[in-house]
Amino acid sequence: MNRDGRWQKGKDVRAIRSHPEISREKRNKHVMQKQQPTPEDVIAKAAELRGTLSSGFRDEIVKSLYSEAERIARRAVKHIGERRYDLDQKIDRLVTSPIFGLPIMLLLLAAIIWVTVIGANVPSDLIARALFWVEEQAAGLFDAWGLPWWVTGFVWHGVWRGLAWVVSVMLPPMAIFFPMFTILEDLGYLPRVAFNLDFLFKKAGAHGKQALTMAMGFGCNAAGVVATRVIDSPRERLIAILTNNFVPCNGRFPTLIMLGTVFVAAAFPPAFASFVAAGSVVAVVVIGVGFTFLMSWLLSRTILKGEASAFTLELPPYRRPNILRILYTSLIDRTLFVLWRAIQTAAPAGAVIWILANIHLGDASLAQHIADFLDPFGYLLGLDGVILLAYIIAIPANEIVVPTMLMVYMGTGMMTDLPALSELKTLLVDIHGWTMLTAVNLMLFALLHNPCATAILTIYKETNSKKWAALSVVITLGTAFLVTFLTATVARLLGWA
Amino acid sequence: MNTDNMNIKPSEPCETCPAFTHLEQMGLKVENFDRVVALAGNPNTGKSTLFNTLTGLKQHTGNWPGKTVTRAEGGYQFNGVRYKLVDLPGTYSLLSASQDEEVARDFILFGQPDCVIVVTDATALERNLNLALQVIEITEHVVIAVNMMDEARRKGLDVDTRSLARDLGVPAVPISARTGEGIHALLSTVAGVIEGEIKTRPHRAEGTPEFQRAVAELVPLIEAAAPGIPNARWLAIRLLDGDAHVERALRSGELAELVARQRRADTRFSRKMALQGQQ
Repeated sequence: MNRDGRWQKGKDVRAIRSHPEISREKRNKHVMQKQQPTPEDVIAKAAELRGTLSSGFRDEIVKSLYSEAERIARRAVKHIGERRYDLDQKIDRLVTSPIFGLPIMLLLLAAIIWVTVIGANVPSDLIARALFWVEEQAAGLFDAWGLPWWVTGFVWHGVWRGLAWVVSVMLPPMAIFFPMFTILEDLGYLPRVAFNLDFLFKKAGAHGKQALTMAMGFGCNAAGVVATRVIDSPRERLIAILTNNFVPCNGRFPTLIMLGTVFVAAAFPPAFASFVAAGSVVAVVVIGVGFTFLMSWLLSRTILKGEASAFTLELPPYRRPNILRILYTSLIDRTLFVLWRAIQTAAPAGAVIWILANIHLGDASLAQHIADFLDPFGYLLGLDGVILLAYIIAIPANEIVVPTMLMVYMGTGMMTDLPALSELKTLLVDIHGWTMLTAVNLMLFALLHNPCATAILTIYKETNSKKWAALSVVITLGTAFLVTFLTATVARLLGWA
Repeated sequence: MNTDNMNIKPSEPCETCPAFTHLEQMGLKVENFDRVVALAGNPNTGKSTLFNTLTGLKQHTGNWPGKTVTRAEGGYQFNGVRYKLVDLPGTYSLLSASQDEEVARDFILFGQPDCVIVVTDATALERNLNLALQVIEITEHVVIAVNMMDEARRKGLDVDTRSLARDLGVPAVPISARTGEGIHALLSTVAGVIEGEIKTRPHRAEGTPEFQRAVAELVPLIEAAAPGIPNARWLAIRLLDGDAHVERALRSGELAELVARQRRADTRFSRKMALQGQQ
């Protein structure tokens, strides 16, 4: 009918509109018959009709919804005794208690990391030895076939070595860490974490659900950024997005665990080594969470001003984890997913490093020149030029920072041997002058520096703004530089390094 | 179509009864579907678990509210009919404004699913019914799946699904998505509702006579303004309520666009979403 009446639309409607005395019904009827009403007409009509309703009708709608739900539920549900419910509540009272809540959380995290540290050492070493043995054999074979040296070098000492480092450094910690983390997730512990941390987020002017997205960030920062969709307020959502990178993701955990094990813990007697290693990683995580709060607080006092909004958080019942599904999720989806991503970026990175190390300008390789150039800046941060170069090469994926670093050391001809993980420390300390400050600052830098390329891209997609994506890099990188500069300066002033 | 993969054995022993049928998980094969079924429900009620059980996909699940924030799609075949299953983000209501809730609401409103399964948690039924009541305000093709029946029993709760179905005016089926209990009954009920073998009479808030009159007056206007729009009654109520989001959607033409877009069977889109959901 609308289409039929369309031809006389303009004139007719104007006529009707110019006669306010025409009754509402009549006008409505005319509009219906002669013309397709515009959205404005509909909205105006709705507003008009709203006036005819009693003022409390909105509350009525919501209230009747709730009372209906209550009535129907009361009729359908019968209580036949309470059993497990009490146990759930008892556990909840303990793990979300104001006194024990936070310590229990830290202990759980420490336990998981400790098991990862002691479990990953030996397999990492074995895998490294096996893969480097393959490199040697294959390179020998290539030489025997009379292939040019640069083919052997590029394929085996470049690309393959990159892969070997990534697999041996990352696979065992991931295969141990992820299943344990997934068990906690399946049990229903994560919402309790959010509950425990809520008061801190509130003080920082952020949304309590940010604790959940932060927990997702431990898995993958890009996933954590996507998970911020559960936060309604755009202001608090932006805070959650910009600070998500301060918790170490799957890709950075192996790096931290390795650094903690090989460098920090090695300075202590072997009996305490694994505890010190786990402790140092937990400390780094706590520092990261601390920076999440600090930066949220700063943001909500400066460019993202506002109050924290209230929300309800459901504490789901504890559920028995499904072991098979956990193994699938953590091993196939997480471990292999992260490893595959690392391999995809490690192979080209290995190739780049090999090329940089084998193109000579004057008396030194290109890699050496760049490292020398970056060295003074690296020194200020308590690091060195090689480490900074490794970070630049590893921008596509944080997973490969340490392997890249080791490859640059080797590629620049400074480390000719192919060491097993356990020999790494001696070589780095003895040949390259690493100190405790280098290791600690490297852990801090790994924690705080810019998000990986995927995470930056996700931030851009979620905020739909280059400005926020750029800001996420500036904030994290700025913090990383500032913190490492401060620790290095203070340590040197006090004569520790 | 390989018929040999992953059949779920029905729990019913009687092979001649109509419930003895064939479920085939079709994973990501969501092209050429015959029917669209949406999974709605509060957060953490096991929608994704049910989704995985039916499609054989491995959508991530986790014991915390808000794990699914985008919609995932997959397929299953039941009694020779191919269904596209859409897993929506969990929501407490359809009135709110956060992004995950909008995804769910827009799909139920404009995606015109042939049936919406509202997954409810048997251990927290009252809270879950809020959403169920809102969904049956929008569409009459609804089946309530009362999930976590095993957990409810452990907690000493007995849920009478017949009383529930009577009060809501739509079928209610007890299930346990994790163990597979009640899945066949659920699917045959869904099929029955879609084919019209099961008639539903959804419970809807009547309100005062003035309210009814206002709604009756607004509905034809909305239908004229946005031809082909489903759920005009619900939109009328929202507009009377002064819902800024619906007003904006109406003004910007977003509503009409949504109707057009959701109607198109864009299989590439489905596939993309399903792949994303899998990660």
